[in-house]
Amino acid sequence: MTGSLNLWLIPLVPFAGFLVNGLVGRKLPKAFVSTIALIATAIPFAQVVKIWFQFSSLTIPYLENHGTWIWTGSFHADFTLALDQLSMIMLLIVTGVGFLIHIYSVGYMAHEEGYWRFFAYLNLFMFFMLTLVLAENFLLMFVGWEGVGLASYLLIGFYFLKPSAAHAGMKAFVVNRIGDFGFLIALFLIIANFGTLSFGEIFSGIAQHPEWQGRMPTMIALFLVLGATGKSAQIPLYVWLPDAMEGPTPVSALIHAATMVTAGVYMVARTHPIFDRSPVALSTVAIIGAATALFAATIGLVQTDIKRVLAYSTVSQLGYMFLACGVASYSAGIFHLVTHAFFKALLFLAAGSVIHALSGEQDMRVMGGLRKKIPITFWTMTAAVFAICGFPPFAGFFSKDEILYQAFISPNGGKILWFIGWITAGLTSFYMFRLWYLTFLGESRAQTHELAEQGAAVHARSGSKLVVEAEHTHAIHESPSVMLGPLVILAILSVIGGFLGVPEAMGGHNAFEHFLSPVVGSGSGEGSTSLERTMAVISIAIAVAGWFVAHVFYYLKPELPGKLATQFRALYSLLLNKYWVDEIYGAIVVTPLLLFSRYILKALFDRGVIDGAGFAAGVTAQGFGAIVQRVQSGNIRSYAGWLAVGAAVLLIAVYFGFTSHFAPQ
Amino acid sequence: MLTNSILTITTFVPTAGAVVVALLPRKGRIIQWWTLLVALATFVLTLHLPAHFTYGQQGFQFEQNYSWINHPAIHYHLGVDGLSMWLVVLSGFLSVIGVLASWNAIERRTKEFYFLFLIQQTSIIGVFVALDMFLYYGFWELSLVPMAILIAMFGSERGPKTALKFFSYTFIPSALFLVAILWMYAKTGTFDFVEMQRSLTTNVSLFSPQALWWVTLAFLVAFAVKVPVFPLHGWLSDTIYEAPIAMAMVVAGKLGLYSIIRYVLGLFPAQARIFGPLMIALAVIGILYGAGVALAQTDVRRLVSYAMLSALSFATLGIFSFSVSGLDGAVYQTLNEGISGSAILILVAFLHERYGTYEMKQYGGLAARLPNMATFYVITALSLGGLPILNGFVGEFLVLSGTFAQHWRWTFFATLGVILSAAYLLWMIQRIFYRPQSSMVINSAAPDILGREYAALVPIVILMFCMGVFSPYWIHAIDDGVAGLADRSAQATHIITNPVLAEKR
Repeated sequence: MTGSLNLWLIPLVPFAGFLVNGLVGRKLPKAFVSTIALIATAIPFAQVVKIWFQFSSLTIPYLENHGTWIWTGSFHADFTLALDQLSMIMLLIVTGVGFLIHIYSVGYMAHEEGYWRFFAYLNLFMFFMLTLVLAENFLLMFVGWEGVGLASYLLIGFYFLKPSAAHAGMKAFVVNRIGDFGFLIALFLIIANFGTLSFGEIFSGIAQHPEWQGRMPTMIALFLVLGATGKSAQIPLYVWLPDAMEGPTPVSALIHAATMVTAGVYMVARTHPIFDRSPVALSTVAIIGAATALFAATIGLVQTDIKRVLAYSTVSQLGYMFLACGVASYSAGIFHLVTHAFFKALLFLAAGSVIHALSGEQDMRVMGGLRKKIPITFWTMTAAVFAICGFPPFAGFFSKDEILYQAFISPNGGKILWFIGWITAGLTSFYMFRLWYLTFLGESRAQTHELAEQGAAVHARSGSKLVVEAEHTHAIHESPSVMLGPLVILAILSVIGGFLGVPEAMGGHNAFEHFLSPVVGSGSGEGSTSLERTMAVISIAIAVAGWFVAHVFYYLKPELPGKLATQFRALYSLLLNKYWVDEIYGAIVVTPLLLFSRYILKALFDRGVIDGAGFAAGVTAQGFGAIVQRVQSGNIRSYAGWLAVGAAVLLIAVYFGFTSHFAPQ
Repeated sequence: MLTNSILTITTFVPTAGAVVVALLPRKGRIIQWWTLLVALATFVLTLHLPAHFTYGQQGFQFEQNYSWINHPAIHYHLGVDGLSMWLVVLSGFLSVIGVLASWNAIERRTKEFYFLFLIQQTSIIGVFVALDMFLYYGFWELSLVPMAILIAMFGSERGPKTALKFFSYTFIPSALFLVAILWMYAKTGTFDFVEMQRSLTTNVSLFSPQALWWVTLAFLVAFAVKVPVFPLHGWLSDTIYEAPIAMAMVVAGKLGLYSIIRYVLGLFPAQARIFGPLMIALAVIGILYGAGVALAQTDVRRLVSYAMLSALSFATLGIFSFSVSGLDGAVYQTLNEGISGSAILILVAFLHERYGTYEMKQYGGLAARLPNMATFYVITALSLGGLPILNGFVGEFLVLSGTFAQHWRWTFFATLGVILSAAYLLWMIQRIFYRPQSSMVINSAAPDILGREYAALVPIVILMFCMGVFSPYWIHAIDDGVAGLADRSAQATHIITNPVLAEKR
């Protein structure tokens, strides 16, 4: 048996990095800041890899207790960290992808002001995310849960002088708080039921009580789902994620694609014994997932900002993971989480490289023809596009196919859910290849399109980096190798990552599912090899179809999309404006709340009723007016006198037996 | 030796210091330095208590009990238990912070200010340590007087009016409270808290339930005004607005909340439970109402005052849950409010010292100019908003989880407060520190946080963090103090009794 693993170091080393850069980073040279931040991420990554190699010799779950955090009466929540198969995978993803994105950021943020702030926040994020993953109880998980929201808030609002960025950060935090509200209520319900928040104790309690069914597990699970929809940007709380693209692109890659937004999926998988007791909650998760996948994909079809397309694509892919969890195939959900972390991080980083090359331009309408100019970015992005669209043997093919298959055969799933997932796969393929064609192929539209000027003007105003429009076409340059290195590594992972979980039907061993099954079990549906193969073919077919349509629209007949947009104006406008969901939420929640607070609570009630009553009390207290006049004169001795008089009156009253006459008999 | 008279010394060192202030010349900053020294001495003395506290022991410690006046039987009886100990330490801590916060803000009439400031410290500590109702009442009333005077002296042109409002709000209920105390004396023949408590439990036949109901109401109203509990908060916003910062820091919260737990729950447990449902309703309304009105504010200092109403209502909620967790949380939340509430008030004052306005419209983009101040603001806002690993979360969590078992519907609504608090706090940050820089921010050069200001803020931030991470250190004592006041039945009844857990109990 090995000695202590010192799991506590994994989150606390990045925290130390945060403290150093946060406290003194402003005065340090940039090279120093990035060295600290990189070391603070490299150490936990190395430690996680080391643990991975000794994993088979460990007693799982491996627990590490570091004292009590909160106790009251008989309840207590501890600083307990736990390592099992699920947290092992998450640790590898978070530290590995996190480390790569830290490296990339050194290049991407090189010319930014507030460099130290950026890396301090990034390390802070790592601390909270790793706490979330390692927590052995709900309360410690909630530390990470809220904490990653804080890091996200700080990083979305990184360009805080820009009103849209400041607003987006706040929106993200407040919307997440709605989810956290659900999470907290679930916690209170769990305490009332189990008297503990420890995962181990709760799950063993559930295992010993097969009769624990019905309303209670459903309520707990549904409140947890509310929490998960906030963090993982699902309907109805997805609205913050597209706006979160205001943050620097590495942040979008790390927090808003690869890691933080998958916390909801992780949480559902982690707490699956509760979900397994509630078919209603599972179906809810599946329906939310499928609906979100489709809904976000349709919006993604028409967006023109390269990061926005990727943002809606993230929402959509998270929907797939939810769908997998909802059909109780948690390992498929986590598998897609892993492959998605590779290819979506890559998509964002490559998009960042494009934006970097174009000096801040994000509008795909003024891109085009970049294939030759930034070839490495092009090829890595191509790998990612093929991965997300689900072409074999790229990573996304195996994980997405697993989800669709499980959705089809699971008793919790069904043909409708499968069909929605399948259609979404086609839409995904279409909008990803649309992005690919618009960005890299065809001719450059930078000068022919007047939007270019406007776009640049916007960036100049916004105080974003590197602006000068004159250099727009001439200065297009491939990114430095510090940025390209992570791209290449992620591209390799996006190509081969799927081999972690090749199903038996395709000659593999389903290694991923077997590894995870001690924690989350295996899918429950009855399938067959031939069915699985058939479905894989059908999936490939729709991906090809999506590519083909995109090829026609954006390569062969580029005038076609415009024509369709005019022809189906209402539909196009509906999608372009994202179904007006932001506006609807504003009109039915935000505005009424603010108006109610301002006019009913503040003006009418607090000023009118409460203050009015106070005023009346003041009038009746005119007897004290004399005191007030003295107060204004500022003569202290007179108050001491008043006080003495008061005390004397009191004593005399008591002394002369006032009390004995007073008591009501 | 020190242990025997520590409470007397701690209580009256500020008074002695005040006498010296009266004699000091108005020259330079002599008075400030002297008051700082006295406050530091007081704080160090209060630290004697946790250092020598015996945990797990029922009853009062560091007691002093002398007969003061034979007839009526008034004792000079002091003592602390787990409930009051940390409140005494908090008072000592805040007196130091209060001096630092007033350093530049109070430029004129410094002698009057610091004299009354120190008297105020005596009265606050006195309220927490007095165990004789008569003595207690003396300290309680004494705490109102310097406050009212200072509001009148240092407030704006509306100061005197606000002082009157504050005074009538707090004084009128106190008069009824006095009547109730005297009635209790007539019945029990003692002012001593411990004896009164014993008499109430042993001679039940002596007291008609109806009369006790009225007595409890008188106690409760006097304390609830001072907390304040919705809808008795009419004085709060104006007082916070007009009072000097060091006074605004201590005017709300702890005195009233402590008194409710000590006297209402301690003397009249049965009657307190009659008022329980009403108080829970008022507390939940207070949480949401305070948050709603805070959301509607354009003035940052007013926003803070309503945020306080909301935060203090959490403490009220915890008390009337009558659960151990709720009571632990209520006391913790009281400490939090003292710490984080003071921090935000200090920060608001520092902002005002620099730019002369509380209007958030005037600000914008300040984080680019004063990044350190922005950092302190954000941390304080997160503490107030209940972010885990900062102090606020521990209090809120204990209160809400303790209330949930018996009152899940109310708790559900109370928990909505966490959404609203994030909204008004972050919106405040956004309007002051983010967005493009306003013309006022561009045109007026102001320094970032200065040395003396660091001295006030850094200890608070460290404390926020420590109280968020090492909460058992504080709760250990608090639990001793409040466990006896809780309902056994308010404990969660677990649907699933886990054998692992059953063993532990």
